[in-house]
Amino acid sequence: MCQVGEDYVDPPPRECPPAPRPGRGQKCVKCKEGKPVVAVRAGDAFCRDCFKAFYIHKFRAMLGKNRLIFPGEKVLLAWSGGPSSSSMVWQVLEGLSQHSAKRLRFVPGVVYVDEGAVCGQSLEDRAKTLAEVQQILCSISFPWHVVSLEEVFSLPPSVLRYCPQDLAGTEGAYKAAVDSFLQQQHALRAEGAKDVCGLAPGEEERCWRQSQDPHGPLSLAGSPTAAQTEALCRLFESVRTLTAKEELLQMLRSHLILHVARAHSYSKVMTGDSCTRLAIKLMTNLALGRGAFLAWDTGFSDERYGDVVVVRPMRDHTLKEVAFYNRLFAVPSVFTPAVDTKAPEKASIHRLMEAFVHRLQAQFPSTVSTVYRTSEKLAKAPRESCAEGPQGPRCLLCLCTLDIDAADSATAFGVQTSALSQMPPSTLQAEAGIPTTPCSAVGGGPGCCGKACGREGDSQPQVIKQLCYSCRANMKDLPSLDPLPPYILAEAQLRSQRAWVMQDIQEYLIKDSADEAETTES
Amino acid sequence: MPAPTCASCHAARAALRRPRSGQALCGPCFCSAFEAEVLHTVVAGRLLPPGAVVAVGASGGKDSTVLAHVLRELAPRLDITLRLVAVDEGISGYRDAALAAVRRQAARWELPLTVVAYEDLFGGWTMDAVARSTAGTGRSRSCCTFCGVLRRRALEEGARLVGATHIVTGHNADDVAETVLMNFLRGDAARLARGGGLGSPGEGGALPRCRPLQFASQKEVVLYAHFRRLDYFSEECVYAPEAFRGHARDLLKLLEAARPTAALDLVHSAERLALAPAVQPPRPGACSRCGALASRALCQACALLDGLDRGRPRLAIGEREHRGGADVQGTRGRAQAAVQAAAAF
Repeated sequence: MCQVGEDYVDPPPRECPPAPRPGRGQKCVKCKEGKPVVAVRAGDAFCRDCFKAFYIHKFRAMLGKNRLIFPGEKVLLAWSGGPSSSSMVWQVLEGLSQHSAKRLRFVPGVVYVDEGAVCGQSLEDRAKTLAEVQQILCSISFPWHVVSLEEVFSLPPSVLRYCPQDLAGTEGAYKAAVDSFLQQQHALRAEGAKDVCGLAPGEEERCWRQSQDPHGPLSLAGSPTAAQTEALCRLFESVRTLTAKEELLQMLRSHLILHVARAHSYSKVMTGDSCTRLAIKLMTNLALGRGAFLAWDTGFSDERYGDVVVVRPMRDHTLKEVAFYNRLFAVPSVFTPAVDTKAPEKASIHRLMEAFVHRLQAQFPSTVSTVYRTSEKLAKAPRESCAEGPQGPRCLLCLCTLDIDAADSATAFGVQTSALSQMPPSTLQAEAGIPTTPCSAVGGGPGCCGKACGREGDSQPQVIKQLCYSCRANMKDLPSLDPLPPYILAEAQLRSQRAWVMQDIQEYLIKDSADEAETTES
Repeated sequence: MPAPTCASCHAARAALRRPRSGQALCGPCFCSAFEAEVLHTVVAGRLLPPGAVVAVGASGGKDSTVLAHVLRELAPRLDITLRLVAVDEGISGYRDAALAAVRRQAARWELPLTVVAYEDLFGGWTMDAVARSTAGTGRSRSCCTFCGVLRRRALEEGARLVGATHIVTGHNADDVAETVLMNFLRGDAARLARGGGLGSPGEGGALPRCRPLQFASQKEVVLYAHFRRLDYFSEECVYAPEAFRGHARDLLKLLEAARPTAALDLVHSAERLALAPAVQPPRPGACSRCGALASRALCQACALLDGLDRGRPRLAIGEREHRGGADVQGTRGRAQAAVQAAAAF
């Protein structure tokens, strides 16, 4: 309703009377010459060219401001087929084709995750979607990987491990990297050899084509076996709430993308989260108890995996801008149903928050930007009062530093896990004043429970103990952990074994208290 | 269908399902579990040390009624002395009925009650007078801004009057959860940085305040009042449209329907929110007029009263930055403007 003009291919599908639009005499606010075509904000009408420049600038500025992506670095673009991530892929495509000093200098690849199995798509539908996806992927000449969600059943447990990497994120390192890249390029050009980045578009394409292996194990679409599909469906059907289903899907998807990135040595993953999407995600995660991780979940960069950093370059673009850009410049996208498509609004926290934010945004147009702006003020380090140091244990599933308190503390976690609520009132009256026993049903201290239950093959409490507050809440909606992909259970087993061994040697370790005193002083 | 047996005592028929856990309990078991949880919060959080004289902010509503009742049950074990402090905002028709409820409760529990009135504390300003004064400016909804700030001050004064060492208020998990949602929606990073704890430890001469019911959801508070047959006053204030909190409240209701622990999950998030050091509020100083805790030259109560006395209530709320030169004051002014805008929604 904010776009003027002849760009509608089909007859304008307009039932409502047209919104007040710029008068005939009005010009683009930027160049003061062109005919305004689109009004992204109230009063700011842009002509086509200026809107494009504005949009591209936002993308480039986001990357330029943060200086996280080094020249020559391999970057995996996580493409879902939706408008925002499609727009992101097109921005990268455009940035690489520019023949100027400003062109992007990283080496992109695209990953598409086929989630048809859990989103209720039939095999024919999935095949049709994949054909569409492949058609688009073939047209963009990046190396690509199409993986199906079923492949989580063959992931190695190492996916869930944090791989530390000395972050060369300082200003000096970035400059040095740029210089060496330029030198290298210069040398290559002097030799007369054509490096990959300096090729003409046509040759570039062929070159990349060769570098990829479309028939490799990870790129082969349609490979999931019927057994795997069935196992995946069984897992998702066993989940009691849509909220937990969405969280589970997000988690599995991110593990799969992480695996693809690691397997093909990509050191960055770009996701297409728009500003609107991030505002919704922020509010959702707040309600899911992920307060401690909001900065990781919604910030520009997310270093929780160590060696692979997730970046969100579209975080300045609103969904509205994305939609107009895609329409004006014919950016192709693929429509696929999501896990919550057609679900009623009250079915999950995600749907509720989405609807709430959109409704509030319609009433108060600054809602999204206010929430988004607040997210930029969040810190990644844990709050001082509850810090266990950045080296503390990490959540098995989301890989964030655990945000749980002692089982009997005066916190929201403490009151839910304290043994009080499970005790009969008679003993409760007598013991209430005394700190509770460490062996509670869920939270559990490192004491008796773990060992007793763990050895007997009931892995549930073992796994739960390794989770953050929010992941615990999600896992409560799973009646059994058995249908989970083997890599999760295997890693959980491994971790608890390691914990037992550590416990066994604990009494022989001598704590160097002088060292501690020094660190606390400094 | 007969009710299941209580999951705790295995003897009586269950009378309710706990909203938080889904556990079926009988009335007495639920009430003692609820009391034990409040006790746990107070003990584990070291909120009220033995020997403390505790002023309970009593409004006559369900939360403060339940809080006072529970603390009275726990008082011998915690070794604390209770005093009820009620605030008379001077809202005719509404406050009288609420105060009558508080008087009945005080008589029933045999607890000393002190009522402090806005009129006496703030140079004759009652809420009715404030409402008349602000009505002309088209900001009649900012009443809640005035009332909230002044009530906080009045409670502090009342607590000092009865020789209290601690103040407790009846805020429950839903209140805290709504506040977090609201502060995010209006972008109030300073309040987000400050919030999350169980109260304030009492810096700069202010009395320590805490919220022992912070982990009890509103539903459980109402259930407790129901089973203990508590008499409380439940009526909306005549000046309380507070539409913005209404948005957060509606949202929370829906979230709770989708996931019963949503309120506590939000409280957990609030406890764990980490904000960049730049938005941490500056160390509060003292008000130059009354000596109370203030983050600016004048504390908020004095600033509001000052505006009222000069017949410019708007200036007191919104247009602070024109008078202050410092940057800190500018941002505070903007935050205030945001609060005011929110109140105007």
